[in-house]
Amino acid sequence: MDTFMSLADGFAIALTWQNILLALLGCFLGTIMGALPGLGPSNGVAILIPLAFTLGLGATPSLILLTSVYYGAMYGGRISSILLNIPGDEPAMMTCLDGYPMAQKGMAGQALSLSGIASFVGAFFATWGLIFLAPQLVKIALLFGPAEYFALFALAFMTLGGVSSTNQAKSAFAAALGLGFAMIGVDTQTGVPRFTFGEVHLYDGLDFLVAIVGLFALSEVFIFLEHRHGDADGTASKIKVGRLTPPLSMLKQTTPTMIRSTLLGFLAGVLPGAGASLGSFIAYSFEKRLVDKDGKTFGKGDPRGVAAPEAGNNAAAGGALVPMLALGVPGSGTTAVLLAVLLSLNITPGPLLFSQNPDVVWGLIAALFIANFMLLAMNIPMVGLFTRVLMVPPRILMPVVAMVSFVGIYGISGSSFDLLVMVGFGMLGWILRKFDVPLVPIILGTLLGNAMENNLRRAITIDNGNWLTLVDSPLSITLWVIAIVGFILPLIIGRKVKSKMHARRDEEGSLAD
Amino acid sequence: MSDRIFGLVGLLIAIGFAFAALAIEESFLSDAVGPKAFPLIIATILGLSSIAIALKPDDAPTWPSLGRFAEILAAAVVMMLYAELLPVLGFVIATAFAAAYLTWRLGSGMVATVLTGVGTSVGIYVIFHLVLGLSLARGPLGF
Repeated sequence: MDTFMSLADGFAIALTWQNILLALLGCFLGTIMGALPGLGPSNGVAILIPLAFTLGLGATPSLILLTSVYYGAMYGGRISSILLNIPGDEPAMMTCLDGYPMAQKGMAGQALSLSGIASFVGAFFATWGLIFLAPQLVKIALLFGPAEYFALFALAFMTLGGVSSTNQAKSAFAAALGLGFAMIGVDTQTGVPRFTFGEVHLYDGLDFLVAIVGLFALSEVFIFLEHRHGDADGTASKIKVGRLTPPLSMLKQTTPTMIRSTLLGFLAGVLPGAGASLGSFIAYSFEKRLVDKDGKTFGKGDPRGVAAPEAGNNAAAGGALVPMLALGVPGSGTTAVLLAVLLSLNITPGPLLFSQNPDVVWGLIAALFIANFMLLAMNIPMVGLFTRVLMVPPRILMPVVAMVSFVGIYGISGSSFDLLVMVGFGMLGWILRKFDVPLVPIILGTLLGNAMENNLRRAITIDNGNWLTLVDSPLSITLWVIAIVGFILPLIIGRKVKSKMHARRDEEGSLAD
Repeated sequence: MSDRIFGLVGLLIAIGFAFAALAIEESFLSDAVGPKAFPLIIATILGLSSIAIALKPDDAPTWPSLGRFAEILAAAVVMMLYAELLPVLGFVIATAFAAAYLTWRLGSGMVATVLTGVGTSVGIYVIFHLVLGLSLARGPLGF
């Protein structure tokens, strides 16, 4: 009952004109960013964070804006998958498989509206899942001491590579690199400068927003410069959208699919290191195995093959918010970026968030519900508008992305030094993407490095310098075991899943959701 | 081969990081762990993973041709120049040039280049500065 009271309070917070407008703006921008190939949810949110700050938005409004972008991008990704056979973002990869064949059969409109409904079902029920699961997780997390937190952070890093990276060594490398970046600056406990090389600008540490925008947004610009994707101009106009409502029989046929995929996607989202790409992948493969054993219809324009990945990826997007809000440990790229928002607003995510800032949590959850309905409205009747956006060629889009990134970062600090660091991170991001090193662990390391170190030092100081205190309680031992299994298991069984997933992967899709 | 070089460079970074960590001056007021321990753990992980990458390399990525590579470097240089010149030239002029350069290199024609450059710059100025009130770099001409 408490839950519903809190939710009602949340709606009271979310239903102000400012917040509704922000949610609307976020949904609109998010759908566009999801639809445009090369701009995924993590890019989209990353570019907008500095803007949200410089506009002086408070914690709840900023989060409402940015999570609306996040949900919106999850909806938008399918548009270019269906119309162009180019996934708008990585989670929408699986939607190409059946969405594009449907469009070729002249059923583009039906595919778009069906996938819109599937997205809604996935996101709507995942938000309910978030409401009920997050407080349970909080109860466990309240038992955590510094040693358990240290183990939890280690778990997040060790499982993050998990299913989405091809090479565990590279995930570990990325995590260590990110943690290393976090060490730059004055040590918070003793006040000695570390790794600053006498550069005064570095005493405050690297601003993780600079790192995020550089790694995500600028590296994308470099990737486009490398390939010069100018040739995708205006192909969207060739496909006729056709009728925009799916027939009732199709809805009936796909309802069980949506329910199954929502469940699977949500679970995939909650698990650390998985995220929406895995959600859509699992949902699609499971559905294919279940209803199309002989491989006759899937891949040739089966509506169920459109509904499954879309319900799956949107449910996973909601699921990924659970560990981020309840534990302060995000499981995917975009939730890592959202964590950066919380940290910059001086809000400590984790179990205390629910007791100290209930307005933020419940306002956000209510806003997610509102955003979902807005997105449903935007994505079915107004989908034509977004298909037109697809005709903006990258040669115009990418300079705008780069310049908006610069504006945002400059707006926060007003320093050229930060811009230089950002360009450096952009180059680094490009190189690492060439080597197939995942970028998300770097971001997570930069974000969580200091908290992880503080917990380590606190735990050991409390126990008078005894390092064994780290594995002293059943809870922390459990976390370490999960972490180690999570790191080793993909080495053994992961190769199969990965090679399947990567076989379908677009060359520019190397960012996790 | 690419991965072997990558691993080697990673190992060098890890060693450098470890030396830099050892060089941290400890203050007389320190906790039981001190400021060096965690960076040293990180350096170890960085080093071990680099060795693993070097020993078990993936397939080499497809590297761009020298021309494309120069293209990316040139864009990075332009962005750095942009960062340095932004406070000198002011937002509108600097951004117009930088955006024009990028769209030109991404394949726009002459007219489109000028239009995109000026359009991006003025568009951002109007939306972010005039409408939303964000403070942008002010040049000698006041914008």
